[in-house]
Parts: sequence; structure tokens; C-alpha cells
Amino acid sequence: MSSAKLLHGYEVVIGFETHAQLSTHSKIFSRASTAFGAEPNTQACAVDLALPGTLPVMNKGAVERAIELGLALGSHIAERSVFARKNYFYPDLPKGYQISQFEIPVVQGGAVSFFLGDEKKTVRLVRAHLEEDAGKSLHEDFIGQSGIDLNRAGTPLLEIVTEPDMRSSEEAVAYAKELHKIVTWIGICDGNMQEGSFRCDANVSVRKPGAPLGTRREIKNLNSFKFMQQAIDYEVRWQIEQIEDGHAIQQATVLFNPDTGETRAMRTKEDAADYRYFPDPDLPPLVISREWVERVRSEMAELPRVMAERFVAQYGLPEYDATALTQSKAMAAYFEETAKACEQAKLASNWIMGELSRRMNADDIGIEHLPVKAVQLGALIKRIADDTISNNAAKQVFDALWSQGGEVDAIIEAKGLRQMNDTGALEAIIDEVLAANPKNVEEFKAGNAKALNGLVGPIMKASKGKANPAQVNALLLKKLG
Amino acid sequence: MSLTPQDISRIASLARLELPAAQSERMLHQINAFFGIVAQISAVDTTGVVPMAHPLDAMAQLPQHIPDADVQGITLRLREDAVSEPDQREANQRSAPAVERGLFLVPKVIE
Amino acid sequence: MRPLHQLGVAELAALLKTKEVSAVEVATRFLARSAGNPHNAFLDIDSEVTLAQARASDAKIADSSAGPLEGVPVAHKDVFVTRDFATTAGSKMLQGYRSPFDATVVQRLRQAGMVSLGKLNCDEFAMGSSNENSAYGPVSNPWDASRVPGGSSGGSAAAVAAGLTPAATGTDTGGSIRQPAAFCGITGIKPTYGRASRYGMVAYASSLDQAGPMARSAEDCALLLAAMCGPDPDRDSTSLNVPAEDFSRHLQQPLAGLRIGIAQEFFGEGLADDVRQSIDTALAQLRNLGASTVEVTLPRTELSIPVYYIIAPAEASSNLSRFDGVKFGHRAKEHGDLLDMYQKTRAQGFGQEVQRRIMTGAYVLSHGYYDAYYLQAQKIRRMIAEDFKKAFAQCDVIVGPVAPTTAWKLGDKADDPVANYLADIFTLPASLAGLPCMSIPAGHSAGLPVGMQLIGNYLQEARLLQVAHQFQMHTDFHLAQAEGV
Repeated sequence: MSSAKLLHGYEVVIGFETHAQLSTHSKIFSRASTAFGAEPNTQACAVDLALPGTLPVMNKGAVERAIELGLALGSHIAERSVFARKNYFYPDLPKGYQISQFEIPVVQGGAVSFFLGDEKKTVRLVRAHLEEDAGKSLHEDFIGQSGIDLNRAGTPLLEIVTEPDMRSSEEAVAYAKELHKIVTWIGICDGNMQEGSFRCDANVSVRKPGAPLGTRREIKNLNSFKFMQQAIDYEVRWQIEQIEDGHAIQQATVLFNPDTGETRAMRTKEDAADYRYFPDPDLPPLVISREWVERVRSEMAELPRVMAERFVAQYGLPEYDATALTQSKAMAAYFEETAKACEQAKLASNWIMGELSRRMNADDIGIEHLPVKAVQLGALIKRIADDTISNNAAKQVFDALWSQGGEVDAIIEAKGLRQMNDTGALEAIIDEVLAANPKNVEEFKAGNAKALNGLVGPIMKASKGKANPAQVNALLLKKLG
Repeated sequence: MSLTPQDISRIASLARLELPAAQSERMLHQINAFFGIVAQISAVDTTGVVPMAHPLDAMAQLPQHIPDADVQGITLRLREDAVSEPDQREANQRSAPAVERGLFLVPKVIE
Repeated sequence: MRPLHQLGVAELAALLKTKEVSAVEVATRFLARSAGNPHNAFLDIDSEVTLAQARASDAKIADSSAGPLEGVPVAHKDVFVTRDFATTAGSKMLQGYRSPFDATVVQRLRQAGMVSLGKLNCDEFAMGSSNENSAYGPVSNPWDASRVPGGSSGGSAAAVAAGLTPAATGTDTGGSIRQPAAFCGITGIKPTYGRASRYGMVAYASSLDQAGPMARSAEDCALLLAAMCGPDPDRDSTSLNVPAEDFSRHLQQPLAGLRIGIAQEFFGEGLADDVRQSIDTALAQLRNLGASTVEVTLPRTELSIPVYYIIAPAEASSNLSRFDGVKFGHRAKEHGDLLDMYQKTRAQGFGQEVQRRIMTGAYVLSHGYYDAYYLQAQKIRRMIAEDFKKAFAQCDVIVGPVAPTTAWKLGDKADDPVANYLADIFTLPASLAGLPCMSIPAGHSAGLPVGMQLIGNYLQEARLLQVAHQFQMHTDFHLAQAEGV
């Protein structure tokens, strides 16, 4: 961890617990469907409803996805892990207990690395464990009552817990985005935050540097990156204010209200919840052989970290670029195709991370639906690299490709964007401009390097923008000595 | 180990059981009588003993071999990830105390 | 021919197969005997359902597609959920509850051809040793109506003993098949943990609960056990992957060479003299049949009481949390907010003993007490299983009493939970270890039956049934009928 940046003299300490819904077809302990959006309680079978006499039976797909996550994060995958009952009463919890894992989780340790600006950050994982999701309470349509829909009850979850390694809300959001990328990349979670597939709880506390950890409050159910940052920022400010006013922070669970932008403690429970964890007698221990782990490993697509490392090695890209390009499988594939077409990896990276990303965001188009195909971008970059067109001209070509489509070479000809590479003609223009601007020449020769800029403009104009800027500079310097 | 009235009310709360005063007292008395006989377990030296959560655990080393028997069912059996439970909402909700539009109704849940 | 209601399962099956009697006729006879619900044994009867099943059985017999027990009646302890009858588990909490599915055990017996006579009374949620904890009134012992039938499968035992059904299903968590079988003079067996599927059994203590048959003889129990047992991997993760067996295969084998273990701890001070005498006599009989006896020790027998009464309530406190008035079962008619609804619903729905065990269970699992109680109990549990392992190195079967006394009078121990717990001392150890065990009639004292317990090593049910059957071939305790039956 780098040195913390302080807020009003306080260090911010953040840990995350993320609940990722796994992309299995059926539930973790029953054979009902996990599909989103069904009519209430039409996907809640006898086991999900905890009808008397029902028992849990484990879904292999959920275990396999846990293994995949563990491999993606460099964690230890437990040979033997145990399911435990977490006992508490709530209407959306049909059995009055949640089957989870307590002392011995399936995934242990691991880490998530990402860039915050230029700085590489690593957040350590404590564990990830399998558990079942609860149902939903609906309050809107009922007066004085709530309606309980148990369709979601029993959906498999991986609860992913970090060490309190994060030191700012930006870092926390960057972590969450990276984790989101990983779970969607490897296909264990659909990442649909609006549908509740990826929910984060942030444990936030503050302390003076060097002091022991402060009391933390937990912000629950953050399901948008924007709200995540807002909520944490508010909570941190609130905690600091409280402490400065002389109040101690009480441990609490808080909810973020997006309308007010504030966090508020939930209705306090009478005593700190005593979940009375004990090993679930209905489920023998889960055993995962090393053969199974290796089989999963061999069948997994290249992981984003590994791919990023390969980009660095294979294409000579900086780590920063490699990480940005591996934000999704589709993005990475687009890059590789482009690079193959033009054999200019760094240029390809610049264009994708720069102009292309800008356009994607502005027009809100995903990488799967781009009007500019990778081969086209590759062709464009090739024309820059071989000096056929300048960067400025390339932007014009790109615009045309984006809005109208077409072929790179054809557009270059049609718009007359060919760069002037004929040094003879260029020298003639330069000589003219030099003659017409004696003052700039004098100032430059007197030692003011910036005076050159006043000459470049007219040269470019005289060449109707077709002069190769690099050539212009080189020739000018040669002529002016 | 003797329980106090505070213990009784704490546990009744955890267990969501309403206990009127007289009952609470009787419960305290009876449970304490029970814990009288439980006390003896603390005297047992269990150093190095692995807790047995499942009798299945003890069956791992059977003296007699049964053909085709897999008593290694002491590990969790995994089923294929397939949906095979149809919508049986009506049958499942037949004994529900309060249902409206397919939802189970309860007194308002306050977050 | 003796009256139909005095015949055992094997005999009835044979008569039905040869069409000397029809399934409808048999069912009608037994339904008639339950008129007025003698001994308060039944909780639900529906003659239309029963006769429809009987007719279906007759059709199968007619076209030669009959199962091994086709047309033979059975009644189910009310902790097995059934689609065609109500299921209450002896509790107000489930009054009127209708399960949308059948328990696996119920399904399998129906597949074997058995016809369901209805649901039998039991201690609430299987918690009790006298059937006085039922929310629907106690069951009385057919041998003496002023006495308890035992529990928790009291209705099952009484129904068989009173000739209301030739066989019944029961469940045994700490002795709930064996002890009522002993008190009512019938035969019952609890198989090895995991043999019979728990899917559809209202859960009490998950690591202890097992289904088993109760009938007039070992021969009959063997037939039902074969139908009931077998892997259920799709529905019960604790179901053993051990194939179905013909548990009758050793019945005819003589006992020569059998080594019987006698645990001194089963014959201590607390054992009533009359019971001791009956067991001693029975042991002598077994020796006559070729068995030898050897002294073994089960040193932690007495500890099994606190160990069981920590583990079982702990698991029960969690298993019973689903009864919250939200999805099914009782909900308080008047209540305030959600918390109030929970508290009133559960206080109204659960009886005293159930509430006590929920409280105890929650306590031993709670923060700060888990290690000293629950974890310690699980450790001693393993030591108890190890004790049996050592004992079985020296013998094939352990024989002893089922209970310290014969059936006590209704009301005698009703207000004294601890007294009830202490009387479980001989049945609890085998439950904790998950071993198969049986109770067979072995004598009488003052007109009341005395039961003898047989405990076998894991998966040794056929062996136990052999010993029991050979004993029954050479004695007639199991043939005795209560007066008026």
C-alpha cells in the first residue's frame, strides 16, 4: 500500500464485501430457475420455501464458479470446506437461517490488482465463500404490509471479502470495477447491477495516521459505481465531523439514499446479531480435488491479468495500457485484431484508449457494436505509420468511418488528405514563409525556440494542411541552423 | 452454569418466542435443572478429539466391505446445474396464512 | 384363520397375492377398527383416500404387476409429509397443513404397494418419550390405558399393538421407535443413519433423525425396511449411497457362533428389577440358541444424556425457525408489528417441551457458549462412537434393555422434563453414533411389555433382524396381544 492521502488529517480505511450472483441456471440448493423477472413465487419451489421436510442438494455449477473465481484471483481453493447455518429471522429468509460458510470457506486469500491513475494498487482478499441469496420484500403496493417474493431465495452467491486495504473512495470504486470486470470476464456472474447481480457493502472507518483502526460503519447494498463513490464520500465526511464534534462512532449498518446523497443508520437491532453459526447437519463437507481444480484451470479462458502481462511482453506495451485494454474480452480482442492489422501496437493502444473510447462513451455504444471495425482502424493506423496521412487527417478519416463507414484509402483520396511528402515542394513553401516572416526568424536565431511556432502555422496553411509536421520541423531547423 | 432471567429474555428474543413472566420463570427453573446434568460434560477431557458433526463421519472406516457401497457419501454430493422444478405456486401457497397476487403478506418490514 | 387385524405384514401380503382376500376388504376391516380413534392413536383418517389406494392395489394384483407388499395397510407417523392427508407433526403450528409433496419413505412404501390408513399421533415435532407432548392429546397404551405408550412414535406403537394397522412408520432420533415399541410390546428398528431418506420428514435433529418400521415381528420389519431404505441422492444429501438390500436374507440363519456384547453400563443401578429379570432370561434364551456372551464396556453411556440433549435441541432450534407464520402454518390472529407477529405466532404454535428445547438449543449455540457446550458435546459424541467401535471388535451385537422401566402412568413425568430425559439413557448412545438398533418384545411384568434392545455395527441391519427373528421363532412374547385386541 502506498502512503495514504489524508482527508482533513484523517486516513480513510475501506474494506469491501461483494455479493456476486452466480450465473447458474438453477439455484444453489434446489432445482428451481434463477432467471430474473418472473412472476412472484413462480420460481420458488418447496425447498426454496422451506416447506417442512425439505432438504438442500448442492449445485455443481456453483462450486465450479467458485473454483474459477479462486483461480482468477490467485487464491487458495480449499480441499475441504464446510457449510454453516447463519441463524436469524427475516421474512425474506424462509428457513430462518441462511446456508453460508463460516469457519472454512471454499476460497481463501487472493488479490485484485488495478490502476488508480498511474499507480498500481493491490487489494488483498480475505476469502470468498458460497451462500444462498434471500428473497425480496416489496413495500410499495401494500399499506402497513410488505409482500414477500421468494423467487430470488436460493440463488447462489459468492461473497467476496477484502482486507481493509483501500484508502480512498476512488480506490474503492476502482477495486469494485476491477472485480466486476473479472467476474464478468470469466463468466461466473452477469454483472447486471440494476438487477442486483453484483452488490457491494463498504466498511468505512477513519483514523489519525498511526492510530489503531477506527470503528467502522457498513454501507449496504451499493449497486452502482456512481452511488458507491458518493456514499463513501458522504460517510467519510460524516464520520470525520462526528469525531471532530467529540462523538464516538458507533458500529452500525447504514443505507445510502441516492436522492438525498446521505447515509443513514438502519433501524438498530436490539442486540448485536448473534447468528449462532454451526455446521449445517444437512450438508456433508465439500471436497474439491486438485484434479478438478486443474481441469477447471485448463478450461478457463486467459485471465485478464495474464493477458495484460502477455500484452506487455508480446507488444511491448506499458502496464497501464495493457490493463486498460484488458477491461473486457471484447476490448482485448479488438485491440489484438487492430494490432495485427497495422503492426503498430502502441499506436493501436493509443487510438483505442483515446479517440475510440471517447466516441464510445459519447455515443454510448458498446465495443461489440462499433461502426469502425478493428481491421479498419488497423488500416487507418497503417496509413499514419507509413506517413501517408498526418494525425489530424487521420482524425478526419476516423470521423468519416464512424459516421458513414467506407474504406480508409478511398476516404483519404476522396477528401484529398494525402500528406505532402515531397520535400522539394515543401522547401519551396518554407522558403517563402521564412522570407515573409523575418521577425520570427530573428527571434528564433536570438534563442527563442518558441518563435518557431509562428512559422509552422503559415507553412501548414500554405500546404493546405498536407505538410508532414515532422518534416516541417526538421526542414525548418535545418534551414535556420 | 446457571442461567439468569436476563439470559432467558435474551434467548427468547433470539428465538422469537413471547414468554409471559410466569412462563419465563418456569422456563428458567426447568432449564437450570437441565443444565445441572449438563455440567458434567465440562469435566471430560476432549483434548485432540475432532468434533463429530455427522455420524457419516464415523462410517469412513468400516470393518466390513459392502460391494458397491460408497460410504464416502460423507462428502457433499453435487448435482448437475439443471432446472427441473416447474411453477407450482398454487400448490405451494395452499397453506399460506396471507397471500395476495402471489406474494406472501407480512406486517410491514422496516429497514 | 385368525382375524385379519391380528395378522402380520408377511401373512397379509401372502393372502392378498393369492387373492384370498382383497385389498379393499383388508383396508375396510382396519378402517373399521379405527372408528372412535382408540387410544387417540390417529390424527388424520380419510377412508376415501385409503379405499382408492386399495382399489388401485387390487387392480395391480389382478394384472400381476403387484409390488412385494401390495394391498398391505400401513399408517404413517405424522412427521412424514403426505399429499393426501394433513400433516401436523403433533403440533398446533401445522394444524391443517397440506404438503404439496409426499415424503420419500411414504412414496417408496406406496410403490411397494402399501395402502395408507392415515396419520398417527406423536409427540410434538418428535420431541418426547411418552406421547404426552402432542398438541392433540396423549396416546394411551393398549396394554393399560392409564399408561403412556412411549414416545415420540407413541401413536405408531399403539396402533400396531391395538391391531389398528399391521405396520406403521416411526422415526427415531434418541429412541423414539425403540422405546414405544418396548412399552407397547411390538418390534421396531432404527436403521443406520443415512439408510432411509429424510426427505419429507419434518426435521427435528438432522444428524440423528432416522425413519424406521414398527410392526409385530422382525420378519415384518425386514419387509418394510427393504422398501423404505435406499439412496435418495437427488433429495437428501445425507442419504448413504448404499444400494437397497434384502434385509430378510439372514432371517433363517441359526445363531451359532454369534457373539453378544453385554455392556455393564446398561445393567446399572437405575435398571428396574423386573426389566433386568426379563432381559437376563432373554439372554439365557439367546445362549440356548447358540450365542455366546462377552462383557464389553460403553463407559460414556451416562454422558450420552447431556450430549444428546445439547446436540438435538441445538439442531432443532434451527430447524424450527422456518415456522414463522410467513409461508405456511399457524399465524397469530392478533398481533402488532412483524416482531410481535413472530413472537406470538411461535409462542402460540409451539408447546412447552418444544419451546424448552428451542431455548436450550439457542443457548448452547449462542456466542460465548458454543465451545463449552455444542462443540464439547460433538467431541464427546465422537468418543462415544469410538467406544462402540472398540466394543464391536469383541462382539457382533450388543444386547440390553431399551428403557430402565416399563411404561409409566400418564401424567407421572409430565411436569418433569429432566426425568423424561434420564429415562432415555439406553437408547441415546446408539443414536449419537448413528448405529442400527432394534427393540423386540422380551417379556412381561405386571401385565406390561418389556423390550430388549439389539445394537449392531454400521449397516448390520440384516444381522440384527436375524437375531431378532431367531429369538421370535423360539419365544412368543411378540405374539402376545393386549386384552381386547
